[in-house]
Amino acid sequence: MARVVVDVMPKPEILDPQGKAVTGALGRLGFEGLSVRQGKRFEIEVDGEVTDERLDEVRRAAETLLANTVIETFEVRVDSPGPLQDQVQP
Amino acid sequence: MTARIGVVTFPGSLDDQDALRAVRLVGAEPVPLWHAHDGLDGIDALVLPGGFSYGDYLRCGAIARFAPLMGEVIRAAGQGLPVLGICNGFQVLCESHLLPGALVRNAGMRFTCRDQRLRIESNDTVWTSRYQRGQEITIVLKNGEGNYVADDETLARLEGEDRVIARYLDNPNGSANDIAGISNERGNVVGLMPHPEHNVDPLTGPNTDGAAFFASVMGYVSALV
Repeated sequence: MARVVVDVMPKPEILDPQGKAVTGALGRLGFEGLSVRQGKRFEIEVDGEVTDERLDEVRRAAETLLANTVIETFEVRVDSPGPLQDQVQP
Repeated sequence: MTARIGVVTFPGSLDDQDALRAVRLVGAEPVPLWHAHDGLDGIDALVLPGGFSYGDYLRCGAIARFAPLMGEVIRAAGQGLPVLGICNGFQVLCESHLLPGALVRNAGMRFTCRDQRLRIESNDTVWTSRYQRGQEITIVLKNGEGNYVADDETLARLEGEDRVIARYLDNPNGSANDIAGISNERGNVVGLMPHPEHNVDPLTGPNTDGAAFFASVMGYVSALV
């Protein structure tokens, strides 16, 4: 089973009230100079191998439902096994 | 023949009963439609009511847009069926791309619930023809995600084509250009954030400023028959 990740972010020109609220809270907590924009991350378990066709299918799913491309952009990528996992193996 | 005006109930709709009542009060026959219904039953006009839908997971209206009935709604709207989306219904219309732009979290992050003053900017739609251009009305507003956004080009087009149908007099949620409601090019599809269906009866509201939305479409449909 492979994992594909879809990151969805509000477009830069679209006001992001949530990111703005988080930015304000960080400032009040003393974290200076941090400007936040808040998005969404979808982790999708894909049955079988992640072929180019499968990735295209996920892109279509993202464009159809996961993101509203009027206000958001999205990125699709295969979540490769992390380096830590590799190191554990002999 | 009495005009038949449908009101869709999604899982989570709150204001479908008030919308059905508003329809009845202007003399039309209210037709309740379940979101999983397979047809529009020959209605003459349609209201997508306020409240919530499918938990509004993902984005408001994003999942409702794919409700079984919505394919038929999109097809019929394209053929000129009068459709009014109120609040969550407006969000569903934007997610369906029947109207441009989107509704995001209110600037200030607060849920707003109040009597809201509006100015009717266009009476050149089937839902606003009984208002005077420039008429000021006060109807209920209640939303957390009523902040209308669109790119500059879309906003310029809406303004240029006289498709902003109502504007806030004191913008409660950060909406671009104080926009409270818009229409499609043809004027049969209207989205409105505040709730005219709550202001149709002196018994339950401070005024009846919202009734003319329903009287407008009633007049339009009756003229066709």
